[in-house]
Amino acid sequence: MRELVAVFKREFAAYFATPLAYVFIVIFLFAMGAFTFYIGHFFDNDSADLQVFFGFHPWLYLFLVPAISMRLWAEERRSGTIELLLTLPIPLAATVAGKYLAAWAFTGVALLLTFPIWITVNYLGHPDNGVILASYVGSFLMAGAYLAIGACISASTKNQVIAFVVSVVVCFLFTVSGAPLVLDFFRAWAPLTLVNAVSSFSFLTHFTAISTGVIDLRDLIFFLSLIALFLAANIVVVDLKKTG
Amino acid sequence: MIEIEGLTKSFGPIVAVAGIDLTVARGEVLGFLGPNGAGKSTTMKMVTGFLAPTSGRVRVCGFDVENQPLAAQRRIGYLPEGAPAYGDMTPRQFLAFIADVRGFSGDEAGKRIAEVVEKTELDPVLDQPIDTLSKGFKRRVGLAQAVLHDPPVLIMDEPTDGLDPNQKHSVRELLRAMAPRKAIIVSTHLLEEVEAICTRAVIIDRGRIVADGTPAQLLARSRHHNAVTLTLPTQNTEAVKAKLKSLSGVATVEQTERSDGTIELTCFPRSGALLIDNVIGVASAEKWDVKELYAEPGRLDEVFRAITTHDAKRAREVRT
Repeated sequence: MRELVAVFKREFAAYFATPLAYVFIVIFLFAMGAFTFYIGHFFDNDSADLQVFFGFHPWLYLFLVPAISMRLWAEERRSGTIELLLTLPIPLAATVAGKYLAAWAFTGVALLLTFPIWITVNYLGHPDNGVILASYVGSFLMAGAYLAIGACISASTKNQVIAFVVSVVVCFLFTVSGAPLVLDFFRAWAPLTLVNAVSSFSFLTHFTAISTGVIDLRDLIFFLSLIALFLAANIVVVDLKKTG
Repeated sequence: MIEIEGLTKSFGPIVAVAGIDLTVARGEVLGFLGPNGAGKSTTMKMVTGFLAPTSGRVRVCGFDVENQPLAAQRRIGYLPEGAPAYGDMTPRQFLAFIADVRGFSGDEAGKRIAEVVEKTELDPVLDQPIDTLSKGFKRRVGLAQAVLHDPPVLIMDEPTDGLDPNQKHSVRELLRAMAPRKAIIVSTHLLEEVEAICTRAVIIDRGRIVADGTPAQLLARSRHHNAVTLTLPTQNTEAVKAKLKSLSGVATVEQTERSDGTIELTCFPRSGALLIDNVIGVASAEKWDVKELYAEPGRLDEVFRAITTHDAKRAREVRT
């Protein structure tokens, strides 16, 4: 646990030691605002909720989260620091979890900084703050799931561009797996149970369910188990690389 | 303290390490030599648990590196090739991170960091990002990191690569000071380094150990071991050469002309013979105008080249 905290602290501080954190946060907030107000026509909707705002989260995460996760392992591999990190007496699970949690906490900070929109909507009307809180929780969980996928992919390459592109594609598939684009491909040949299974992997479905204000245990378990699965895969990938 | 048994590593069809057996005891400084690509770094990566061996095993202070990696890694200080460190951190932050991971906190951490900073003379750059440091300082950050927990086993991959002569000297002093209490493996291309700090030299080539002995033993394999060289004006060189050749123990005499008009004659001994007394004797008896006269302990680079190129040639022959 001590090692995990040490790795977490180092990683988290590293975001703010470079312009990365500031650039990311500025772009994240700017994009959130632009989408919500211009494309989502927040004011024209004339309703005191943040549905428009949260509706764009999956699509923004699709590109912004891989931008964070791509460097997690790929950069260590390219700069050689991975050799240092993996020869320190830290259990591999602690290294993987520490790095992951730091990245997740960082996206959490970015997400928290969207609070002015919450103030705005409370100033203009009387929104259901329970729904908004649930949506924030759902959004944070979804970001964590994207990150876990990206971290695992980052561990398998030393090229950050490859890590980014592959992560975007995989995250995209998870996002839209409930949409006809993906399901039609399976419907042609797969049994119905498989089609349903694929569609149940959709981030959109689970996120939408949470952002209606009902935090269903199944949705929580979905995101948390997906995160756990990809972190376990991350450990395996790092371990496999040891055998050369 | 370090026991390596039958260690091999292959990457696909390429065999990087082809069966190494080695034991390093406390107090030994083992110089790990070999041409580029001989398998030095790969071996060190397996000893420190960064790479898993294809077969064979490594034990550090009795702990199997593959099965008990953490116990082994706690007892190892490792300087990887190129001394990688997190460039966005300052040496102070970086060492604090290492101390934290190694389980030192509060005063203990502060004391240890201060100690290694003093040893490695990092004081002037303690608060500059590591990315902005010169190669010499970066290397010293890597060294500081490796010795922070005062480990019983030190593995250093080219610790003095890229350092200027003063820095090399201080790194060697540092290693020498720690040597009696530790088992140290140092890989290097620099043969003078082996003579300066190592108690034992192991030469590996193409993944195998091809020589293992004290630097003195390796030097004894040199053609120049106990060779005597005199420098004379150019007159009657042939007579002098003939006289030298007639001495007992002299196998051959080679001559080199120097740009200042003098001539260098090197007498190579028959195996085991000591020539210096005979040569001095004849030189004073014949009243030669000797400008310089010296005997050599041997040349390590010669031994190194003889061992490694010979083997490479033989390997080529076997393959074709």
